[in-house]
Amino acid sequence: MLSKRLIVCLDVRNGKLAKSIKFVDTKDIGDPVAKARQYYEDGVDELVFYDITASREERNIMIDMVEKAASQIFIPFSVGGGIRSVEDATKLREAGAEKVNVNSAAIKRHELITEISDAIGAQSTVLSMDIRRVEPTKEIPSGYEIVINGGITPIGIDGLWWAKEGERLGAGELVINSIDADGTKDGYEIKLTRMIADAVGIPVIASGGAGKPEHLYDVLTEGRADAALVASVVHYGEYTCRQLKDYLYGRGIKIRMSY
Amino acid sequence: MITIVNYNAGNIRSVLRACNEVGADAKISSDPAAVAKASKIIFPGVGAAPSAMKYLKEMGLDAALQSAFKGGTPILGICLGAQIGLEESEEGPTKGLGFIPGKTIRFNLKDKSLKIPHIGWNDVKVTKAHPLLEGIKAGDQFYFVHSYYPNPASADNVYATSDYGNDFCCAIGYKNYFATQFHPEKSGRLGLALLERFDRWEGK
Repeated sequence: MLSKRLIVCLDVRNGKLAKSIKFVDTKDIGDPVAKARQYYEDGVDELVFYDITASREERNIMIDMVEKAASQIFIPFSVGGGIRSVEDATKLREAGAEKVNVNSAAIKRHELITEISDAIGAQSTVLSMDIRRVEPTKEIPSGYEIVINGGITPIGIDGLWWAKEGERLGAGELVINSIDADGTKDGYEIKLTRMIADAVGIPVIASGGAGKPEHLYDVLTEGRADAALVASVVHYGEYTCRQLKDYLYGRGIKIRMSY
Repeated sequence: MITIVNYNAGNIRSVLRACNEVGADAKISSDPAAVAKASKIIFPGVGAAPSAMKYLKEMGLDAALQSAFKGGTPILGICLGAQIGLEESEEGPTKGLGFIPGKTIRFNLKDKSLKIPHIGWNDVKVTKAHPLLEGIKAGDQFYFVHSYYPNPASADNVYATSDYGNDFCCAIGYKNYFATQFHPEKSGRLGLALLERFDRWEGK
């Protein structure tokens, strides 16, 4: 039986960790590769580098960083942020990323998912979606709406519909990021995660809201997620990956324990 | 020196990087002469068996690998390198390199909630001792990405299994050829340890 996964996300700007990430252990500040290596050794099952670089020119810095990370971490890792074309995806794959995450560019042009999936395989094509809770309407029947621009711009697309459409177009995995839960540390959006996990046949990664080990347990059981993504809860040193995994294992979750 | 066979089947630089990490001397090559006389070979690969075999033939690498196998060169197959080590693959169908009698088959799962490809971390259960699997304990996990798996005709060639809907073979071996369906280069410390053991293995 497949294991559930613990995934850590690192926000990267111009090849450095974004300022929003504050660390207890200051010696690694700035270097995403060193931080990734630390999480790798601490037992994380997968890593995500999220590029928040604005301009296209700076993307080469990201490619360079991916190359460096690939020679330091020997588990799957994915890269997201600003991927607009098959060429972007292929470059990241060649640099050593196992998977690429697409988000807003796929909303603007749905075929992008199929193009990337055809080029590098569905198993390497991840669709990330930022979703917020709204009053259900005719347009948004599920009561969950897709947003872009860091969660501030609604675009009139139903979250449940988009998840199913993403699968149909060739995504091999979905990241469900709840804008409402993000940053609250009150737990993942269980209802949303479960609704999507029940509706699609591909793995679902829950994102946003992790503050305690119980939150991970809840979303991996009740929320039916295949993986739980965390960020600040480990970046701030509140928990280590090992502590989170020990907790999950102790409660009977199948997760990789020898690393 | 390990020669990593390059035949246009997926990103094999990750294998090179993992070899570097464990201090194994390794290089990538697609030259049949270099493969035939290599002291050690890693035969990786991700993708479809038919196009992989086509490339191997076009480049003359099928004969080079066969001659290395007959000459006793230690060979480690990974993923596609396990699947086309058998006589035949259901994918296509395609004739394989035939190091081991048997056929590569597709997952045929009764439980329709299980997804194909099988992707992620799963337990590897050693069913028969092998120098390359030394130290692997119950519950140890490795990283998988595949829809097909090698199914040798004889249980003698099966060294490990994993469970996805039902038990399936995930490590095969015969003489100086050994191959895993999982990816040691993506399986953290345990995978690196396997590569380290391969670097010391004399094919016996």
